[in-house]
Amino acid sequence: MADALHTLSAAELGRRLAAGSLTSRALCEALIARYQVINDKVGAFTHLDQADVLAQAAASDVRRKAGQGRGPLEGIPVAIKDNIAVKGQPLTCSSKMLASLVSPYDSHVAERLRSAGAILYGRLNRDEFAMGSSTENSALRKTFNPWDLARIPGGSSGGSAAALAAGLVPLSLGSDTGGSIRQPASHCGVVGLKPTYGLISRFGLVAFASSLDQIGPMARSIEDCELLLNALASADARDMTCFGPSDRALTPAGDAKKLRIGIPKGFLGKGVAPEVAAAVNAAIEFYRAQGCAISEVELPSADLAVPTYYVVATAEASSNLGRYDGVRYGHRSASAGTPVEMMTASRSEGFGPEVKRRILLGTFVLSAGYADAYYVRALRARSKIRAEYLAALAGVDVLLTPTVPTPAFKVGEKASDPLQLYLEDIFTIPANLAGLPAISVPCGKSGHLPVGFHLVGAPLSEAKLLAAGRLFEAAHGFAHQQATL
Amino acid sequence: MSNVPSDWEVVIGLEVHVQLHTRAKVFASSPWGFGKAPNEQVDPVVLGLPGTLPVVNREAVEKSILFGLVVGSSVPEHCSWDRKNYFYPDNPKNYQLTQKDFPVVVGGQVEIELPGASRNVMGEHKFIRIHHAHLEEDVGKLSHAGSGSLVDYNRAGVPLLEIVTEPDLRSSAEAEAFLRSLVAMLTQAGVADCDMEKGQLRCDCNVSIRRRGADKLGTRTETKNLNSISSVRDTVIYETARQIRELEAGRSITQETRGWNAELGRGYVLRDKEDAHDYRYFPDPDIPTLKISRETVARLAKLVPENLYDRQRRYVEKLGLPYTAASVLVNDRALAEWFELAVAAHPTNPSGIANLVANDLLRDLAASAGAAGSFDEAVPAQVSLSSCPIKPAQLAGLVKLTDEAVISKQQAKEVFAEMFKTGQDAAAIVDAKGLRQNSDTGELEKIVQEVIADPAVAKSIAEYRAGNEKAINALKGPIMKRTQGKANPVLIDQLLRKFLG
Repeated sequence: MADALHTLSAAELGRRLAAGSLTSRALCEALIARYQVINDKVGAFTHLDQADVLAQAAASDVRRKAGQGRGPLEGIPVAIKDNIAVKGQPLTCSSKMLASLVSPYDSHVAERLRSAGAILYGRLNRDEFAMGSSTENSALRKTFNPWDLARIPGGSSGGSAAALAAGLVPLSLGSDTGGSIRQPASHCGVVGLKPTYGLISRFGLVAFASSLDQIGPMARSIEDCELLLNALASADARDMTCFGPSDRALTPAGDAKKLRIGIPKGFLGKGVAPEVAAAVNAAIEFYRAQGCAISEVELPSADLAVPTYYVVATAEASSNLGRYDGVRYGHRSASAGTPVEMMTASRSEGFGPEVKRRILLGTFVLSAGYADAYYVRALRARSKIRAEYLAALAGVDVLLTPTVPTPAFKVGEKASDPLQLYLEDIFTIPANLAGLPAISVPCGKSGHLPVGFHLVGAPLSEAKLLAAGRLFEAAHGFAHQQATL
Repeated sequence: MSNVPSDWEVVIGLEVHVQLHTRAKVFASSPWGFGKAPNEQVDPVVLGLPGTLPVVNREAVEKSILFGLVVGSSVPEHCSWDRKNYFYPDNPKNYQLTQKDFPVVVGGQVEIELPGASRNVMGEHKFIRIHHAHLEEDVGKLSHAGSGSLVDYNRAGVPLLEIVTEPDLRSSAEAEAFLRSLVAMLTQAGVADCDMEKGQLRCDCNVSIRRRGADKLGTRTETKNLNSISSVRDTVIYETARQIRELEAGRSITQETRGWNAELGRGYVLRDKEDAHDYRYFPDPDIPTLKISRETVARLAKLVPENLYDRQRRYVEKLGLPYTAASVLVNDRALAEWFELAVAAHPTNPSGIANLVANDLLRDLAASAGAAGSFDEAVPAQVSLSSCPIKPAQLAGLVKLTDEAVISKQQAKEVFAEMFKTGQDAAAIVDAKGLRQNSDTGELEKIVQEVIADPAVAKSIAEYRAGNEKAINALKGPIMKRTQGKANPVLIDQLLRKFLG
């Protein structure tokens, strides 16, 4: 196709749909055609109901023609990570445990997308129950990095990032518990935003660690990311941790050239690949040249973030995943026995090794005699980290670091070393522990592999993060960047 | 009453699980009720489907706070929920949302009344302290059928208030009195219906014994899931006897969890301390700490009804009611309020009204309701006043007619029966039946004088004048005869005495 629709931004597609030079049906047909050629190479999607997509697109075209278009996302496909419930679609969490589950209800974000006229476009692969940083822990299929098919796309929202970089869809939803949106966004060269905890309802997001999980938008440009964010963020009485209507006003962006940017001391040192450090330092120099005030900030408890995270997240996960027992839905062991024996066997068969590892760890840290030494201490460390971040963000607008210390690694390279894999999230985890908004913005390459920088802001400062990203993107032209496949 | 040998003292603490009277479940919008087909009252949240979240039902929290106010607890500024993790198929999430550290009710006390020497005599009163009460979710029901198991989640997520007492109870009679008093308070405040037949009230009963006078508590056992007041009473009696037998035989009491077989009247061991679960409690991350505003507390405080025994004291001391009638009336708030409306319409004879309500009205209401008895003999049956054919003011009218001697007490019974049948006013029935007594002083004076003049009664008159009071009665018969029995007996008596001097 001369005018390759899959290379266009959601904003541009929206303009063409509005102008009448494009129909949603034609757009979806083109993306489905590309899906049929590309998806097996990349493995981003686990499910795409083509007839349903075309029916949604036709309905959108009818609405638009009748003058009943629902806004800027009308007719635009949005692909959804397979841990966010969409009525009538699989909700597998990329686990054998839920391989046969079809959701009987819509998540809040699915409802929001429908009411915005968007096309709910397929299910995206991820690490099983969002536990992982490479999408290698999926029980359904492997996903590969579109920039180098021998490498991982990051995770857990690996399918969401890979689908964008491969031009399979213009917008996608991810979820982020410790970096699961931002780390794959960095590895795949796209934009990924984890909103302030409570900005987007978690109703319909399969819980991994409830106090850390957030749904967020992923896109190939800042403009698209903002478009999707605006559609998702609204009050929802079904999630008590979601901000009410009066508490959710975003801080205005202000002038991006006047942003005060804090550089956490020591974050660009040991463990960061030289090409990554170079790309991030170049971004810092760019902002300095634009007139931003750059200063160094201290975050003395930053080293506690990864261990704290692996106590809090696994503790919550061990309880959240208790419900998968084969009694009501999901995998049920064929071996008979008492109800409790059946539950035990179903869980042993249904969960993969990383999920089991985290359930065991979480069960241990909550156990009588150990909870005070692990869980309760981790909660104290979490409060300390949050306090330090908030104190730092009282003096600057955003904190800038790499998103990930190193570029995407080869498939299987770290599969035998979970601790090494856990360090992938060292820069992203604190934003989850502190409930802060954070974004990964593409900022260059290490060889042929994308590198991103990471911005963290004060609660509800999403507009500032997006403004900072827009300033950088406008000068560097990384927007709409796709791998050649 | 248990026969505890005098050198042993039994110490009892209760954990009472009460299903709250709410429209929806405690963390989901699904309604609940009794007698539905299995798994009819469920939704994605109740079933714990992936991605669903709990939302605290305000009504359940407010009913819990109301209970706190009823027992005089200090309502905390905040409360929060914790997860209690354990695997069992009746538990859809394999964790139960409960309140471990910050419950909705802290402290308070329940006044109890022990049985008196007879039904007509008030027994001793005592106060039982409430340690706390926490709001949690009920679980489903697992049943075994043939080679498989069936589970019904209708009950899962029903709001359950667990009321925990201090170990203040000292006998099976006190435990029974406590539960009776608690049920009355819960139902009268509209907090819960406490229908034990429907499993709306279940008890865990902690029992230990010690030598009378000892400070230290003995090792306790906990008997779980008692579903009637009589089971609690029987468990205390059984467990007390068992523990005394063990200790007197030189053995020790094991801290254990026990069950109760009501059919056999026997307890049995469920599990000992070694097998105790590790529930891995932690604060639920889906439910933020709930602030209980003082405005809410003030609003709910207005809904607290008069305390059962305050009302009883008022009836006896201020209204002059006999204890027997007062104790019957205060057990049922609707009945007591009905009674008070009648008193308001005729304030000079509360006892006359109370006797009619507590005896005649209750009897006829029970009979017309098909005499639906109480499932648990320890709890009096509640009657429905909504279908009562007599209105309070009408009953007051009947008592007033009797007090004014328009009809006799004997006639009042007949009129009451007619009122209950037809719903008519007492006066209308009296007129229609021609029961109205003749109180026309002028007419009666004439008749009395005629009778006195009759030589047939001269002897009786002489005897009366000689000091035989009873002789006057011989003159009343002829007067009644001349008036076809309608002469007002009180008036006749007055007139006779007046004319005989």
